Amino acid sequence: MATQKITIEPVTRIEGHAKITIRMNDDGTVDHAYLHINEFRGFEKFCEGRLLSEMAYITPRICGICPISHHLAAAKATDAVLGMTPPRPANLLRELMHMGQIIQSHSLHFFELAGPDLLLGFDADPAVRNVVGLVDLDEGLTVKAIQLRKYGQEIIAALGGRKIHPTFVVPGGVNKALTSDQRDTILEGIEQSIATTKVGLDIIKNWAAENKKDIDRFAVFPTGYMSLVTPENGLELYDGKAKLIGSDGNEIVKFEGNDYLDHIAEHVENWSYLKFPYYKPMGYPEGSYRVGPLGRLNVAEKLDTPMASEEHKLFKQLNDGKPVENTLLYHYARMIEVLFCIERVQMLLDDKDILSTDILNTKKDFKGEGVGMLEAPRGTLFHHYKADENEKLTMVNLIVSTGHNNYAMSHSVDMVAKEYINGHEVTEGILNRVEAAVRAHDPCLSCSTHAVGQMPIIINFEDTAGNIVKTIKRD
Amino acid sequence: MAKPKISSDWLGGCSGCHMSFLDLDERLLDVFALTDIRATPITDLKHPDEDGVDVGLLEGCINNSAHIEVAKMMRERCKILVAFGDCAVFGGVPAMRNFFDLDEVMRCGYINTISTDSEGMVPTDPELAVPQRVQSLNEVVKVDVFLPGCPPSADAIYYTLTELAQGRIPLITGDYLNWH
Repeated sequence: MATQKITIEPVTRIEGHAKITIRMNDDGTVDHAYLHINEFRGFEKFCEGRLLSEMAYITPRICGICPISHHLAAAKATDAVLGMTPPRPANLLRELMHMGQIIQSHSLHFFELAGPDLLLGFDADPAVRNVVGLVDLDEGLTVKAIQLRKYGQEIIAALGGRKIHPTFVVPGGVNKALTSDQRDTILEGIEQSIATTKVGLDIIKNWAAENKKDIDRFAVFPTGYMSLVTPENGLELYDGKAKLIGSDGNEIVKFEGNDYLDHIAEHVENWSYLKFPYYKPMGYPEGSYRVGPLGRLNVAEKLDTPMASEEHKLFKQLNDGKPVENTLLYHYARMIEVLFCIERVQMLLDDKDILSTDILNTKKDFKGEGVGMLEAPRGTLFHHYKADENEKLTMVNLIVSTGHNNYAMSHSVDMVAKEYINGHEVTEGILNRVEAAVRAHDPCLSCSTHAVGQMPIIINFEDTAGNIVKTIKRD
Repeated sequence: MAKPKISSDWLGGCSGCHMSFLDLDERLLDVFALTDIRATPITDLKHPDEDGVDVGLLEGCINNSAHIEVAKMMRERCKILVAFGDCAVFGGVPAMRNFFDLDEVMRCGYINTISTDSEGMVPTDPELAVPQRVQSLNEVVKVDVFLPGCPPSADAIYYTLTELAQGRIPLITGDYLNWH
C-alpha cells in the first residue's frame, strides 16, 4: 500500500492544467505515478440544442492552437449530417487551410516551445530557456522560425479572414474563393519556408545524433499507432480512412470515420479529466495506441511529396522499417511533416481548380447523423453529431487528438518514475526526465494547450500523517 | 528605469489569446526589448515573482477551484491586471455550460457520451480541481483593464502592452475593441 505521496505541480508549462503525483511505498519504491489532466469544460453537453451550422464556430474555441482542426472536423461532420457534398475546389481550399495550420502549429512547437530545450539545452538556466533566450542566442534563426509560423498563419488568414478562429467553412463548402493575388503571395513564401524547415531538420538530426543514448533510454515502449492514410497507405491529413497498426508495424484494422464506434472506445480513470481512448476489441489498456507525428510516420508507408518522401525513408531506417518507438523522436517526425505540408501547399496551389469559384454545393440529403474525422496536428480528431430535422443538435461526441496519447503519456511518467526513483532521494535529473516524458508528446490538453520549455516543479514529500517532510523545488 | 515586468497565465480558455500574442511575429522582438517577460505559458518561470510584476494578464474564464487560486495569486502579485480576451472579460464560449446543470454536463462527458465504455464515471479524485459555475475574471478578483476579443487581435495586444509598458492605461476603442 502506498504510504507516501509526491506531488509535481504545476505541470502547467506543458499545457496549463496538469499535475503529477507519485505514490511511494514504505520501502521507497514507487507504487504508481499519475498524470492528472486538470481541466473540464463540457462542450459535448452545452452544444446540445445549438444549430449544426454553428458548430464550426463554437468548437474551434476548444483550442486556440489548432482551431482549424475543429473548424474543419465540424464542417465534415456537418456535411455528413446534412448529406451535403462540397465541390472539389472547396475541399482543396479546406485542405490548404489545414496545411497552413499544421505548418504553424508544428513550427510553433518545434522552435518556440521545444526549441529552447534543443538549442539552449535541457540544463540551461530556466530564466533564459525560452523564446526570448533564443533571440539572444540566434536572432536570425529565431526570426526565420517566427516567419515560418507566420507563413502558416497567413495561409489561414488569406482564406478565413483572420489567423485564429477564422470564418471559412459553411455546410456544403466554403464562403470564399482564393484570388490569384493571394495564391501568388502564398507561392512566394514557399522557398524561404522550406529553407527554414531544412534548418530545423538539421537541428533535430544533429541533436538526435548527439543525444542518442538518452533517446534510446527514454520512454521507449511498444504501442499501436493510428493515422489516416491515402488509399495506397501514404500519409493523409485531411480525408481518408483511419489505419491502426500494432507494435510490430502490421495492420490491425482500417476503417471509415462513420464506423469509429466499432473500433474505438474511451475509458475513464477517476484521477484524470482526460479520457483514455483504446482499440475496442483489445480492451483497456492493452488496446492503447499513439497518434500524432510519430504515429503518422509509423503508419504511413510513404509520403507523396518529393522532399518529405526522402526524409521519411531515412526516418524509416531508424528502426529497420519497424515502428520508431522513441518518444523523443516526435520532434523529428514533426519537422518532416512540416516539409510535407509545405510541399502539399505547392501542389494544391498548382491545382487547376484552386482558383475556381465553384465552392458551394447547396444540395441537401438530410441524414440526421454524421462523423467528421481528420488528422489534427497532434493526431486523429473525431466529431460525431446527431441532429433533428430543424438542424438542431441532439447529440455531440468529440474525441480529441491528445486524448489518444493519454495512456502513453501516463505510462511514460509512471515508467520514468519507477525507473529513476529508488529510495527517498529524488534528484533534479529525475524531475527533468518526468517533465520531458510529458512534453515530448506535445500534449495539447485543452484540446488542449502547450507550454514551453521546462515545467517548473515543486515536489513535496509527505509522511503518512500528511506532514511535509521534504521539499524539492525548481522554478 | 528597469523594464516593466509582465507575467501571464491561462485559466479556462483555449490558449488562443496567447497564440494571438505570438501573432505579433517580428514585433515580438520589440515587446521583448521593451519589457521583461517573466512567468508565462511560453517561458520557464513558474509563478509571477513574489516581489511583484507590473502587468499581469489572465486568459480564460474561471471554471474550477484551481483557476480561483491562480487568479488570486496573480492579483496579489501584479499592479495592473488585464482580463485577456472574451473568456476572462465575460466568460466567453465556455460560459455556455452555465445554461445546464453542472452535474448533467459532467455525466454527459464521462458517462453518457457514446464512445465512453460501460465503466464511465465522473472523476472525483481529490487531486483534481473542483468544477464550478463559469465566472468572468472580475467576479473573482478586481480587474484593471478589459481587453475583449476571441481572440483580441495582435494589433490590440501590441497596443495594450506597449501602452502599459510606458506607464499608460490603454483605451481600448475603435479597431482594438471587438467581441468576436
